Amino acid sequence: MKTVKNIVLVLMVAFVGIQFIPTKRNQSDTVPLTDFMLVNKVPNNIKNKLQVSCYDCHSNNTNYPWYNKIQPVAWFLEDHINEGKAELNFSEWGSLSNRRKSSKLRSIIKQIESDKMPLEFYKSIHKDAEFSEEEKTTIIQWITQLKDSL
Amino acid sequence: MKNLKVTTGILAMAFLTLTAMSSKDAKKEHNYDEDHNTEMNHDNSNGHHDNDASEMKHGNMDSNEQNSDAKQVLADYMLLKDALVATNKEDAAKAGIKLEATLKGFNMSSYTSEEQEELKEIIEDAVEHAEHISESPIAHQREHFKILSKDVTDMVVITGTANTLYEQFCPMYDKGSTWLSMSEEVRNPYYGSKMLKCGKVQKEIN
Repeated sequence: MKTVKNIVLVLMVAFVGIQFIPTKRNQSDTVPLTDFMLVNKVPNNIKNKLQVSCYDCHSNNTNYPWYNKIQPVAWFLEDHINEGKAELNFSEWGSLSNRRKSSKLRSIIKQIESDKMPLEFYKSIHKDAEFSEEEKTTIIQWITQLKDSL
Repeated sequence: MKNLKVTTGILAMAFLTLTAMSSKDAKKEHNYDEDHNTEMNHDNSNGHHDNDASEMKHGNMDSNEQNSDAKQVLADYMLLKDALVATNKEDAAKAGIKLEATLKGFNMSSYTSEEQEELKEIIEDAVEHAEHISESPIAHQREHFKILSKDVTDMVVITGTANTLYEQFCPMYDKGSTWLSMSEEVRNPYYGSKMLKCGKVQKEIN
């Protein structure tokens, strides 16, 4: 029993210890001129949907959940956000060439169409991030139009 | 005892996260190494061209070097295409890695600034597709191959090609898709054996 106690103690210390390791926060007060919403004329319903469903991991501004400061959750989130932004960052949309915009839009359509995005785990904590069939059709139609207009 | 389980669980999570993060870093470093190697390879090949007098007939050495970069992009692309024709995900991934390295080492210094601008955009886009192809299941590899094919076709407009290329077209895949081949015979990379000969030659590029 004594060793068990010791192990528990070590684990507790470790858990408390990792809370002090800093993580980078993905938040910014300003919306850059290159933001997708400023570069394009986006209808309100689509704008809201994209912001709720995509912007947490695909922009420079994450709307963090309350538990975001607890390790190891914070690491997990940081990792996901970094990965998401490397693939697609709506905040830097305006700096992409038309060729790349078109590639990205194509990927966005494919991801939404095939339900690969938003991720399952994200939808399980953000019920409003999910796309209904109707929303999918609307948004894919609009993005296709945008892509063809490039 | 319940506490112990919970704490162990949390620690295990922390440990996993840390491991995942550090292995990621390792992967990044690995990539840098690869880039470095590619550069070195390029240096070697340049050296080779310098010594090779027969390559001089096209004019200055610079343009030879660039032709060889464009040629290598096409060679890697063809490897990738053949792997997709064979529905071989692993070979396609390997070809993707190779193509990515070639694209990143592309020397475009002797093109006009306008051409360079366009090549830069093409390469930037193509690199991303090659990257995805190197780490995706076959269906996703084929999705990216479609746009990559457009990038490579646009590149050839600027760089020209030493070999005759055949732009082929499959009307069924994703509302119609094209690809490039060195041979006139149709071998469909979007479906593989399922529809091996589906498609037609749309254009001959010399």
